[in-house]
Amino acid sequence: MDYINIIILALFVNNVVLAQFLGICPFLGVSNKVETSLGMGAAVIFVMALANFVTYMVYFFILKPLHIEFMQTISFILVIAFLVQVVEIILKKAAPSLYQALGIYLPLITTNCAVLGIAILAVQKNYNMVMSVVYASAIAVGFTLALVLMAGIREQLENTGYPKGMKGFPISLITAGLLSLAFMGFAGLVK
Amino acid sequence: MKMSNIKHLINGLWKENPTLVLVLGTCPTLAVTTAAMNGLGMGAATTFVLVFSNLFIALLKNLIPDKVRIAAFVVIIASFVTIVDLVMKAFTPALYAALGVFIPLIVVNCIILGRAEAFAQKNKAIPAILDGIGMGIGFTLALTIMGSVRELLGNGSIFDIKLVSESTKTILIFILPPGAFFTYGYFIAIKNRLSANK
Repeated sequence: MDYINIIILALFVNNVVLAQFLGICPFLGVSNKVETSLGMGAAVIFVMALANFVTYMVYFFILKPLHIEFMQTISFILVIAFLVQVVEIILKKAAPSLYQALGIYLPLITTNCAVLGIAILAVQKNYNMVMSVVYASAIAVGFTLALVLMAGIREQLENTGYPKGMKGFPISLITAGLLSLAFMGFAGLVK
Repeated sequence: MKMSNIKHLINGLWKENPTLVLVLGTCPTLAVTTAAMNGLGMGAATTFVLVFSNLFIALLKNLIPDKVRIAAFVVIIASFVTIVDLVMKAFTPALYAALGVFIPLIVVNCIILGRAEAFAQKNKAIPAILDGIGMGIGFTLALTIMGSVRELLGNGSIFDIKLVSESTKTILIFILPPGAFFTYGYFIAIKNRLSANK
């Protein structure tokens, strides 16, 4: 039951982008096309699950026994940066077209605050290892969901007229606000 | 002070305001502006990290090999974030609790790495500090004003000072997540409009 709760909470109620405001940069930057959003989402799911697994290890088997928990931020960001590099190298070899499409946003997963944020939150919530990875995966799927929904709306927006001053970021943010409003409807879903 | 130095300082306030023009550091902007005080606190913490990381990167730029510069920058930034984190935990526990995970997340605030990459590593120490101060104040101002607007509309107060009577209904949505997106969207739109008129 616990796991189902974690998943539903992470996916809908506390959606990482629309309710917790993590990972806004890629959310606004890559959400032009549904296809690229899916690619970015896949990369984030993979990196996030892996990152939470590794940071869990680092925290509970290195930092905690040595009583240097204050090194959390530095060690986590380095671990995540390393992981992203590995994913980048693999993707470059295995799927060059996807690599091209994601462009600058792949190295930017390092500074995707969602990855570091969720790793820190999982530690704060005292999840065990399996819970931590499940949590990260569900959060990343929630991220992908928000990204794809947003991309779908933005593709439609291209063909509609809206005030000139709202072009670019403003209209994206207003759209995100409406999406976030819709997601608030999930609030009563789990206790 | 030399003219160019003044330019570095005021660049971040309006012309290249990190929040409204460069649209960097969006996550903390949206997340912590539920109240004016939170915006100010977040801005101050980020400014501190920005100034010191800019300074150290400008000083160390010749020692850092080009290939590992990003990693080196991140370590420098993370060190200052850890300092801020511990200091705020000790001296401003209420603010620390309100900002939560977004304090360690200053590390991944794109403004800081962005300025390191775009400015600090190409300039001397003094301009780098001034750029950090300017950008930091620009970020703080934007966050504080956004926080004030949201607090006023959603809670009827600014900096916890109640400005409307208790019985007045406030627009709660503005201190909830959707309100953050709406406020930010309109802020950028207004900034674009004002800049376009010039």
